[in-house]
Amino acid sequence: MEIIKNLERENMRLDLPDFAAGDTVRVHVKIREGEKERIQAFQGVVISKRKGATNATFTVRKVSYGIGVERIFPLHSPAIDKIEVLAQGRVRRSKIYYLRKLRGKAARIKERRYN
Amino acid sequence: MCKGLIGKKLGMTGVFTSEGQYVPVTVIQAGPCTVTQIKTEGADGYRALQLGFDEKKAARTNMPLQGHFKKSGGTNFSYIKEVDVDNPEEYDLGQEIGTDIFQIGEKVEVAGTTKGRGFSGVMKRHGFAGGRKTHGSKSHRIPGSIGCSAWPAKVIKGKKMPGHYGVDRRTVRNLQIIDIRPEQNLILIKGAIPGHKSGLVTIKKLKFER
Repeated sequence: MEIIKNLERENMRLDLPDFAAGDTVRVHVKIREGEKERIQAFQGVVISKRKGATNATFTVRKVSYGIGVERIFPLHSPAIDKIEVLAQGRVRRSKIYYLRKLRGKAARIKERRYN
Repeated sequence: MCKGLIGKKLGMTGVFTSEGQYVPVTVIQAGPCTVTQIKTEGADGYRALQLGFDEKKAARTNMPLQGHFKKSGGTNFSYIKEVDVDNPEEYDLGQEIGTDIFQIGEKVEVAGTTKGRGFSGVMKRHGFAGGRKTHGSKSHRIPGSIGCSAWPAKVIKGKKMPGHYGVDRRTVRNLQIIDIRPEQNLILIKGAIPGHKSGLVTIKKLKFER
């Protein structure tokens, strides 16, 4: 068991910041176009985080030109260059799928502040 | 060239390849195996290496086996299995064989004993569709008709019926080796292999490429 845990640790990204559902993040993704590699940013609200050692994923939702776009990233993928946490949101559940039904002002999330 | 290795299934996980793809892998503790007997064309009529795997105490080994293991250095093994070999003359008794007989990216076949499922019905055991679950149906998981009537007046041989399922030796071919860790004797194979965790498996080179 210890061997598999060590293998998983090797394949996990431990350098990424801690974030949770409700946070607004900007994910910088490496994109390969033939030979060239460039970085594209995807900014939005984290609506879910799925657990599982190397298999963990998180979903980021944004509204682009009035259309909701969701992207699921493997959390430990080497394609992720970096993750910026722009704001921490105060939400009461770990999967905020209710956000999909809300638009405009209703889809705002209160910011979580620490004193 | 030795064509196989004995190992122990440790479990499954996933790794990222250098291209960034996520691949599900089974981790196998493969070897190190010790040559305990060499079978040659002249003496035995066929060529093979008998390999020992998983060291155990002398107190737990019976005397005939202890005598057999004494010829190859005196280490007692829990499991001994024969694997094919091209030229047995290259090997000595007591020689250790490790994961270096395989390369990363190579396709192999893995044999193991499947998980026991006890007395199973036809849906699990043979993949029957079963009956309707609703609309007044009472035949949910039963096999249905098992044959004709007055003629042949018997159930034909080999009819798929409920019974014991699992604990069979099964071989999965064309599995790709994703990674090899010689210092830990680990082989990472893409996909699933038969058997439960810590089950005994044999990894062999493919007899022919598909």
